[in-house]
Amino acid sequence: MTDAPVYVANGESILALLNGFIGELREAGLPVSLTENLDAMEAVKHIPIEDRAAFKYALAATLVKNNAHWRSFETVFEVYFSMRGRQFAIGEDGAELPEELADALAEMSGEGQGEGQMQGGGGGDQMSPEELAAMLYNSLLKGDDAMMRAVARQSVKRYAGMEPGRPVGGTYYLYRTLRNLDLDGVLERLMQQSNEDSPEPMTPLEQRLEADEFNQRVEQLKKEIEAEIRRRLVADRGVEAMAKTLRKPLPEDIDFMHASRDEMKLLRQAIYPLTRKLAVRLARKRRHGRKGALDFRSTVRHSLSYGGVPAEPKFKYPRPAKPEIFVIADISGSVASFARFTLHLVYAISGQFSRVRSFVFIDGVDEVTRFFEGTDDILEAIHRVNTEADVVWVDGHSDYGHAFEVFWSKWGKDIGPKTTVIILGDARNNYHASQSWVIKEIRHRARHVFWLNPEPKSYWDTGDSIVGEYATHCDGAFECRNMRQLEKFVDNLV
Amino acid sequence: MSYRFESVADVRVRLGDVDYLSDDAIASVVYLADRLGKPILVEGPAGTGKTQLAKSVAEILGARLIRLQCYEGLDESKALYEWNYKKQLLRIQATKTEGDGAAWDQIEEDIFSDDFLLTRPLLEAIRAEDPVVLLIDEVDRVEVETEALLLEILSDYQVSIPELGTITARQIPLVFLTSNNTRELSEALKRRCLFLHIDYPDMDREKQIVLTKVPDITEALADQVARIVRSIRQMELKKSPSVSETIDWAQTLMLLGVTKIDAETATGTANILLKYQSDIAKATKEFANEGSSFRKGGPFSEPKT
Repeated sequence: MTDAPVYVANGESILALLNGFIGELREAGLPVSLTENLDAMEAVKHIPIEDRAAFKYALAATLVKNNAHWRSFETVFEVYFSMRGRQFAIGEDGAELPEELADALAEMSGEGQGEGQMQGGGGGDQMSPEELAAMLYNSLLKGDDAMMRAVARQSVKRYAGMEPGRPVGGTYYLYRTLRNLDLDGVLERLMQQSNEDSPEPMTPLEQRLEADEFNQRVEQLKKEIEAEIRRRLVADRGVEAMAKTLRKPLPEDIDFMHASRDEMKLLRQAIYPLTRKLAVRLARKRRHGRKGALDFRSTVRHSLSYGGVPAEPKFKYPRPAKPEIFVIADISGSVASFARFTLHLVYAISGQFSRVRSFVFIDGVDEVTRFFEGTDDILEAIHRVNTEADVVWVDGHSDYGHAFEVFWSKWGKDIGPKTTVIILGDARNNYHASQSWVIKEIRHRARHVFWLNPEPKSYWDTGDSIVGEYATHCDGAFECRNMRQLEKFVDNLV
Repeated sequence: MSYRFESVADVRVRLGDVDYLSDDAIASVVYLADRLGKPILVEGPAGTGKTQLAKSVAEILGARLIRLQCYEGLDESKALYEWNYKKQLLRIQATKTEGDGAAWDQIEEDIFSDDFLLTRPLLEAIRAEDPVVLLIDEVDRVEVETEALLLEILSDYQVSIPELGTITARQIPLVFLTSNNTRELSEALKRRCLFLHIDYPDMDREKQIVLTKVPDITEALADQVARIVRSIRQMELKKSPSVSETIDWAQTLMLLGVTKIDAETATGTANILLKYQSDIAKATKEFANEGSSFRKGGPFSEPKT
């Protein structure tokens, strides 16, 4: 390399910075190979770090080869790069008002909207909470990016109550800031305002669009606030420490049992492409997997074009029997989301099975196949499972033993040699009788019995978990905590 | 070697000139691909302009677009090269009738020469004298094993033909690979490429796209179209409307002489945007909802699970 090393503002070599950055990406679980590392180093020579957007996409293009990893990349990038450079330096607190804020203030007082009585602009630090609220309102009403950024900065400064060295996470500060801003109320006022502003009464459609627009802006403001908090935390604690605290699991590694609301959303988004991939892969396997027997009839038929010489042997296409699937899922609180995802996945690829029947239980058991049949909206079906299925027998605490007993007496006879039974649950039985003989009977009749447990293996058979007792009667019990493990299991199932 | 683009902004402006509205990500990656001489792997939902990107880049560079459409069962005789065996046979026959003059060695050398080689898209791109853009479309449709065919080209821009030796590119072409992500591509392939994910455009860009692609549409209508499409994409649907469907919809509205979209028109023409009955039903229901419940599905309400 003949090029002189590139330096960023604070004298740190960019290559050293990149090394730390890539190290952190690997820590976060992104597979970055050596070639990709070299590509990134090559790429940054062509794109100046000052052009932040281009710089970011250049790094992403060389380092991130899976769109699901983008979120992790973005977080790490922000911590490592967005907070360096002149415009991001944290001035002596309150010494100077960011220019854009001053402009925004001046503009607003010029407009004289009545609610924002500015004391001649300037001195943003002395802004009263009312003024800040008015500014927030206006920035959202107009969708003015610069102003929103300014509002985000001000509100973090004022409300987050950040103290250097205090060992709290960013979420705590975020919560404190948002609580003071009362965004719900602002949103309502915004809707009222635009209702009044419109010359004629708004149709529901217009209202809906308007609401979406404002929601979008509020989301953006929240992002700005988060970024601001992060920036301050980094300034306080240093890049490496922050990167570690902010590390987020990749979608395929999110734990079903402990997913936050946002993570749930990510999982829902991730499941659709996954099912499509699985379906394609399974269909291909089916077609190419085995060679069929010689098709005598077809061979003779084709030999006619060779003057009766069977030059081109034809084979029968193999049509392996599709398995029938019984899913028996525990949908009590702790494992509900796991059951939901698995049902979703199984139904999404139900074309690969001859029939799928599903049963859910808590302490009573109910068949829910009817919700899935005749609709192609799986989410809706799952929603109905949660609200309409009759699964409570006594008290709504998991009772595997009773559920299995009922299942056996009602539907046991339907299980045949082509049936694969999949049981989902953590086997936390609240110290009820296990009735594991049912599983044993099922196994006698069925082709396979599998148990999927969303708990980490080290927790199995601790407390009231009796998965071990059931597992002795199954063909296999698997830990299934995240999408990666679930995908692997389904792949092997067919 | 001279570069094709001067800066990221240059890419953007020139793409804009041929009516392809790019964003930062697209412009940066195209610029980088030119500078590093690496292929671009473009991924994203259907109908977001992946193939169009390659076409537009070819157009602004005045380059020939060589396209290889991938499908299951694609092999090297369709992708790389093939010997023209009929012509080879004729050549051998001709020698026989001429008499035994020519030695076999001579013939063999003859029939495995350039004259008897049928070039397929990949080899053609490598051997081209004029500027070319190579588009390998829907690369996720070929089997994993077939992917290996592409590796030599993508990393070294060369093709090895046992009888002829290695053919190296005279100039490094810009290469685009597109994928609809129906399966995971192999690590080896991904490693050799720059990765670009093209998602649905944001509202402003979509509005601009509608304005460029649909002649005579009013700004207000384009704005409304873009807003409605954005709201629809936020729902959980089987298939979100693509950009091309947005354009189709806008065109339909123009033909119907609509100047302002109300709920009725939206529902009546929803089948252009949405292709599943359950999706249409869902969208209709959402939009028919009384507007006062505007916070439903907003960032502060808990989604029903």
